[in-house]
Amino acid sequence: MEHASAPTHALHAETHTGIDSRKIAIWLFLGSEVMFFSALIGAYLLTRANAAKPAEVFDIETIQLITFNTFLLIVSSLTMVLSLGFIRRGSQVGMRIALLATILLGTTFVTIQAFEYRNLFNKGLTMNGDPFIFGSTFYLLTGFHGMHVIGGVIWNFFVWLKAMRGGFTQDNNTGIELAGLYWHFVDLVWIVLFTIIYLL
Amino acid sequence: MRTTHSSNLGKYIAVFVGLAVLTGIEVAVAVVIRIDNPVLILLALAAAKAALVAMFFMHLRDDTKWFSAIFIFPMLLASLLIFWVVFPSGG
Repeated sequence: MEHASAPTHALHAETHTGIDSRKIAIWLFLGSEVMFFSALIGAYLLTRANAAKPAEVFDIETIQLITFNTFLLIVSSLTMVLSLGFIRRGSQVGMRIALLATILLGTTFVTIQAFEYRNLFNKGLTMNGDPFIFGSTFYLLTGFHGMHVIGGVIWNFFVWLKAMRGGFTQDNNTGIELAGLYWHFVDLVWIVLFTIIYLL
Repeated sequence: MRTTHSSNLGKYIAVFVGLAVLTGIEVAVAVVIRIDNPVLILLALAAAKAALVAMFFMHLRDDTKWFSAIFIFPMLLASLLIFWVVFPSGG
């Protein structure tokens, strides 16, 4: 059961810095990911600076679908952080349900993205079609992000398996926090991509 | 150093509502209202949403500032480089 006085930290081995080494590692990894995505975003923006987006491809139906998909990813970020909040309050059931919801929402996001790719292909937006460079940078950027979502779903699945075996407690939940940091980063990147690709 | 995280579930839901509302405003500005020159507004809204995720869902607001530095420094560097690449003459 949940109760009010939740612990405010997770247990970790003592380090010289006093900071959990696993958290330093994941933040350094995310910092490198920022540079990686920035290179792809830079290439996309450079393309857009020199050629207009094919407006007929990104019609209102596409925008509606992607807005819904964006909403799903935001909800998944909520369920991910709630899973951490639940376990820190001692709620094993809440944590497991929230983790499972995160996995299902992430899977749905990727499925809808695959559906969108099929639609865009049918409309003529291919990696080697016209406009050549736009299709390449679009699929590279969104596909790279999609691979991250798939990676996050797999990571969360293993976290969920561990959770189902009682692997996390009120005082030992860093595994969820690390997976959550990665998942929120994927959400954060999509927030930027949604704006620069679909709305601008 | 101990990190201090609030486990306030209500705060997380409030942030989610904020993200949903900002997304709705973004779509309204870009697709429904179609205001002229929406670039700065849309980028500001996206930045606000990203900041909400980083500060509250990723706990940067409450965690050690080293994590903020590790995350924000490459973001600033990348933003400068992207600006330089897209606008080589300085805009």
